[in-house]
Amino acid sequence: MASLDDLKKRIASVKSTQKITKAMKMVAAAKLRRAQESAEKGRPYSEKMNNIILNLSNGISDKENAPKLLSGTGQEKTHLCVVMTSDRGLCGGFNSNIIKKAKSYFSKILDEGKEFKIITVGSKGNDQLKRVYGDKIIENISFKESKNSNYFDADKVGKMVIKKFEAGEFDICTIFYNQFKNVITQIPQAQQIIPLNNEGEESSSDESYEFEPDEDEILSNLLPKNISTQIFKAMLENSASEQGSRMSAMDNATRNAGEMVDKLTIEYNRSRQAAITKELIEIISGAESL
Amino acid sequence: MSEEFKIEIVNPEKSFLIKEDVTEVVVPAFEGEMGILKDHISIISFLKPGVIKILSKSGNEDYYVEDGIVEFKNNNLSILTSSILNLTDLDKSKLQNLIKLAEEESSKPEIDDQSRYIADQKVEVLKSIN
Repeated sequence: MASLDDLKKRIASVKSTQKITKAMKMVAAAKLRRAQESAEKGRPYSEKMNNIILNLSNGISDKENAPKLLSGTGQEKTHLCVVMTSDRGLCGGFNSNIIKKAKSYFSKILDEGKEFKIITVGSKGNDQLKRVYGDKIIENISFKESKNSNYFDADKVGKMVIKKFEAGEFDICTIFYNQFKNVITQIPQAQQIIPLNNEGEESSSDESYEFEPDEDEILSNLLPKNISTQIFKAMLENSASEQGSRMSAMDNATRNAGEMVDKLTIEYNRSRQAAITKELIEIISGAESL
Repeated sequence: MSEEFKIEIVNPEKSFLIKEDVTEVVVPAFEGEMGILKDHISIISFLKPGVIKILSKSGNEDYYVEDGIVEFKNNNLSILTSSILNLTDLDKSKLQNLIKLAEEESSKPEIDDQSRYIADQKVEVLKSIN
């Protein structure tokens, strides 16, 4: 049995850990609110963008000559997977959920006999993937310096993806991120962004537009922007999910630490009492023998 | 009948501006400036660097944009842009800074014709604001 001193030390250490996790939970809660707000504020832009593209692609007359970003290269040989994770740990299953989703996608691609390349956004994803898929990772980006996710960063990723697409390095691009549902639930998502997958979505109106200049030109101008927008949306969802996930993980940790302190305190008190009882018995039996 | 319509400017981070009492908007569309009044035909176009002029009952406003898409439908004007600045916020030093950036961009040797054209446009518009 551990000595009283040891127990005391352990209680103190668990208590200080609890303080840390509690503080982290508070910070995550505050950040979550901000991240959620900006995710909501960013929604109109991506929705409007989506709408316009939908209207445009329905109106396009010559499907064969449509921009490649919309119609694809005609092949499905090489996949590019953009895996978006966080730069910091201690956020529960947030990163592993994305990685799990991505890994199952990778094995599906390999089963079909196709190839894939990986771009990791965020250092945690890179850490987890480079052990197994190190040779597949072609690019690793992390935005540790930027405090909040901003469009400028997303645009950088978007431009890089487009550059690689134009160089013919891949045919299909999919992004992996966590969609924020609520604080306890984040759903890992795989979203195909090149070629744009609009099937099943109906245009909101049949109204015909006037285009200036023509559809093709607007589309080829708009599609690259849409890629950045989608990536930005994923980044916003991700940062809200990260904070949510961290908050619930830290909440759990705080509760567990509390339970542990209770248990240790009981043990401490018991052994303290046992020591007292033992001493009493010794004194009494000593007195009796006289 | 009133002559007013609604304008909404959004950038990726947030809804930048919503106004319900707009009477006329002049946007720098790619093929030239375009004035939009109420009951304009539905149109989609994209923007080149320039100044958006918003004329409304509650006062006129000018904004500098570098790119964007404009959509007009059912008397709703939506402008999607990733870079927008209110002209009243744009003081001399900021302006100089933007001009410098644009000039640097247009003097890069490796950019294609269209980006160069856009960069030159930026310089021109920014200098005319000054």
